[in-house]
Amino acid sequence: MSDIVLKVENVSKQYRLGYVGTQSLKDDLIRRWHKIRGLDDPFLKIGEKNERTKKSNSDYVWALRDLNFDVREGEVLGIIGKNGAGKSTLLKLLSKVTGPTTGKIKVSGRIASLLEVGTGFHPELTGKENIFLNGAILGMTKKEIKNKYDEIVDFSGVERYLDTPVKRYSSGMYVRLAFAVAAHLDPEILIVDEVLAVGDAEFQKKAIGKMQDISKESGRTVLFVSHNMGSIKNISTRGLLMKHGGIEMMGNIDDVLDCYLKSEENVEQKKAGNIVDRSGSQSVTFNELTFETGRKGVADTIFTGDDMILNFKLKVTDKSVKKINIGFSIHNAWGDRLCVLYSGYQGVFYDANEEYLHIKCQLNHLDFSPGSYTVIGRIEANGLEADWPKESIGTFNVIMGDFYNTGSLGFVSERVPVLVKGEWA
Amino acid sequence: MNMNTTQKLEELSSLALEKEKEEWTEVIKPKVGWFELNLIEIWNYRDLLMLFVRRDFVSIYKQSILGPVWFFIQPLLATFAFTILFGRIAEMSTDGLPLILFYMSGITLWNYFQDCFTKTSNTFTSNASIFGKVYFPRVIVPLSVVISNLIKFGLQFIFLLLFWLYFFKIDGAQIFMRKEILLFPFLVVLMAGMGLGLGMIISSLTTKYRDFQYMLTFGVQLLMYGSPVIYPVSSLPEEYKYFILANPMTGVIEAFRYGLLGTGSYESGYLIYSFVFTVVVLFLGLLVFNRVQKNFMDTV
Repeated sequence: MSDIVLKVENVSKQYRLGYVGTQSLKDDLIRRWHKIRGLDDPFLKIGEKNERTKKSNSDYVWALRDLNFDVREGEVLGIIGKNGAGKSTLLKLLSKVTGPTTGKIKVSGRIASLLEVGTGFHPELTGKENIFLNGAILGMTKKEIKNKYDEIVDFSGVERYLDTPVKRYSSGMYVRLAFAVAAHLDPEILIVDEVLAVGDAEFQKKAIGKMQDISKESGRTVLFVSHNMGSIKNISTRGLLMKHGGIEMMGNIDDVLDCYLKSEENVEQKKAGNIVDRSGSQSVTFNELTFETGRKGVADTIFTGDDMILNFKLKVTDKSVKKINIGFSIHNAWGDRLCVLYSGYQGVFYDANEEYLHIKCQLNHLDFSPGSYTVIGRIEANGLEADWPKESIGTFNVIMGDFYNTGSLGFVSERVPVLVKGEWA
Repeated sequence: MNMNTTQKLEELSSLALEKEKEEWTEVIKPKVGWFELNLIEIWNYRDLLMLFVRRDFVSIYKQSILGPVWFFIQPLLATFAFTILFGRIAEMSTDGLPLILFYMSGITLWNYFQDCFTKTSNTFTSNASIFGKVYFPRVIVPLSVVISNLIKFGLQFIFLLLFWLYFFKIDGAQIFMRKEILLFPFLVVLMAGMGLGLGMIISSLTTKYRDFQYMLTFGVQLLMYGSPVIYPVSSLPEEYKYFILANPMTGVIEAFRYGLLGTGSYESGYLIYSFVFTVVVLFLGLLVFNRVQKNFMDTV
């Protein structure tokens, strides 16, 4: 078993919210006064869990609280969690941009961090000059950069523009050059934050491939934050799930991803049977709608490209109804109705013979783009409207999976409602 | 169940490993001690230091027609303005020295000190975007400022020497170098140290409260009028003399003029005062700076 190269012990980070001004001066003085008398910092006792959506009276908040974990040599650790869970704060502490409030981080080997592509690039300097400057900022010596210069230029693919100031570069070229420098760092531990989300698909693939090489071939350790579950899944060997500044789970990447998707289910959805505003004869009504994916059972969060099953539970009040035609439409967050499907379109009708009727509908290879969706349902029996709730009967989230099997994010925009995949020739 | 046991096993083995291995290359802690200055680390980043110097130097005058000529235009125009204002109109004493040489020597020195001071004093605020993304010893930035300004100062000094030659050879003015000119490198170190030390103190203070930054811009201006840039110490009335002598730049400027032009109130006591001041300020600056650099990103 390989060695532990990074050990995080009881690490916490406290931030002060709001403006720095006279109030913070007052707090500083109080803190100083406690210190003079040999007491503990009074503000370390207060502060709460970092829940972004909840308003609180305290000006202090714990962005990270009592983190403990180890990372072994050669491991690729994918760090996931919602916005504000503390992922970036953790990376900042690891890359020494800021210090922890309490606790210790023990490191064995050189750390290089890539929290941003092109840090320290100077717009007036040429590509060549910036390779050296950026390399040195990231911790390389001039000699190291010289040795790798040809490789860097080759990887970046902007050879022609090396003597042009980078302010004349397109944003794509800029990113390519910057990542090329960073990718040729030789640290024992590499820390990468969400930088792969920029650049075109070809470049993303190249970048992800490079990160895999770094860990597989040279046995280096990589810590990697991303919201792109597809690339996390591709690259990582282990996963770390963060929530409200603490560790929710750490372990095998697949288990952690599943746990994350389950914890995503936080939308409060009224049970379909409880909706008051509805029309129709009410002989058969929607009672409940749940979602499941073949991969992990019941879940409200689905990867793009996965198969999704809608589980309808209908309540039957009049057992004599025949020819039940169940239909639903799916709406995105912008209110666009993306599709309408009745079982009758496909020649499928159900008969009611028990108190509850369970109907499954499987949608293969989900190609909605990431976002949240609502489902509206309607039932016809014997050609007449039986039930039409005027509110949504279910909601689900779609997040980007490895839709294209390349790790690429695709064109990221909420206003692109569907994903397509082609067969190119 | 199975998963749990493997996790437990992993934990146990990691505990065992930890006992074997306690030599870490680095331990990141909440705060650095006052005296933990990692000089080896700074030395390891010397290439970055030189690249920063190059960047500052190359980028300043890119896309300008006159380019480095601006290095000479600045002191030249200031010298003419002072010559007319203070020399001709106000008729202030210059110890009998040619007006142009007198003012230019003062201005050249003062500019170097001022550049070192003001341009290091915003180290944290103006580099926050880089500092927020990557770690390197922060002191590299103010050091690079001092060095790149040293190059500029060197060019301006050569420019001053050309004027000196003109007045000495062609104009026949009563100027001559004394052996004290050998103190020149020492004077440069004093100015750089003072500027750097003060700049680092101010930059550390301004990470949280910006008030000092606003004070600085006109403070340095005022400080110049409290130094012998535009008048010699010898022309001062006794009761004000001590205020001017309290300015640590006074000794430096007077010593420089004494060595280069042959006239001036040079006393080794003044220089010793400047030296002690520099050492104290530089030491304090390094301490405060080193302590602030760790967590400044949270407040900047």
